[in-house]
Amino acid sequence: MLSTKQKELIAEIWGGLTPVAEDIGADALLRMFASYPGTKTYFSHLDISPRSAHLLSHGKKIVLAIAEGAKDISQLTVTLAPLQTLHAYQLRIDPTNFKLFSHCMLVTLACHMGDDFTPVAHAAMDKYLSAFAAVLAEKYR
Amino acid sequence: MVEWTDFERATIQDIFSKMDYEVVGPAALSRCLIVYPWTQRYFGSFGNLYNAAAIMGNPNVAKHGTIILHGLERGVKNMDNMKEVYAELSVLHSEKLHVDPDNFKLLSDCLTIVVAAQLGKAFTGEVQAAFQKFMAVVVSSLGRQYH
Repeated sequence: MLSTKQKELIAEIWGGLTPVAEDIGADALLRMFASYPGTKTYFSHLDISPRSAHLLSHGKKIVLAIAEGAKDISQLTVTLAPLQTLHAYQLRIDPTNFKLFSHCMLVTLACHMGDDFTPVAHAAMDKYLSAFAAVLAEKYR
Repeated sequence: MVEWTDFERATIQDIFSKMDYEVVGPAALSRCLIVYPWTQRYFGSFGNLYNAAAIMGNPNVAKHGTIILHGLERGVKNMDNMKEVYAELSVLHSEKLHVDPDNFKLLSDCLTIVVAAQLGKAFTGEVQAAFQKFMAVVVSSLGRQYH
């Protein structure tokens, strides 16, 4: 369960990242592809080289979805309903990959925010991303 | 036997040679205790771990964080021999400290985040992959003597 303070902190951080959604998203994806090459198998139809148009647009989509969810975390199931369907019936990404991506997103945030990515912010963010991933996988079975 | 590329060796040596163990060690351990509070179960004798501020200011946590980093240095200096290097520590963590080996990964992830925050852009995807590979070998070596 996220506390009120944690929800506010998360909403604040993601609100500030929306202007650089492309860069943040692409960075996290690239990290994931480098550390966990198996994740590239889901992108065989796209050009995922650094700074490619596909990578940037995909990264942007992901970050904007995470930011949207952060605006009202108590409504995550409602906000993510269409994405739940997409992931369950079309994309069918194995949910273990959500953990890998979340970890890389945390690393991206650390690189981007430096000392501002305090342990308290890190804890809140890890909780949020876990909740996000869990909701995303809800329609799988 | 783990195969290391030249890039991986150089990256690991570079990161650790520039690291201040007395800053990074305490930062990583305190982060782990804050982000994954259940890890506090192993530190009952450390005193006040009541909240983030207490953990970050706790001298026992700081001291232990530094010890952990010196332990990692042993692996850095013996990358081709890590199983042997960590055999004794593995027995210690299993038989005496009774630490669930899953916790090694949690601490490793927190250390990655601390290093990332310090290095910023220099912590590229490739550098991260090399660092995580090194930590994975440490974690695996530490878990080897559990039965």
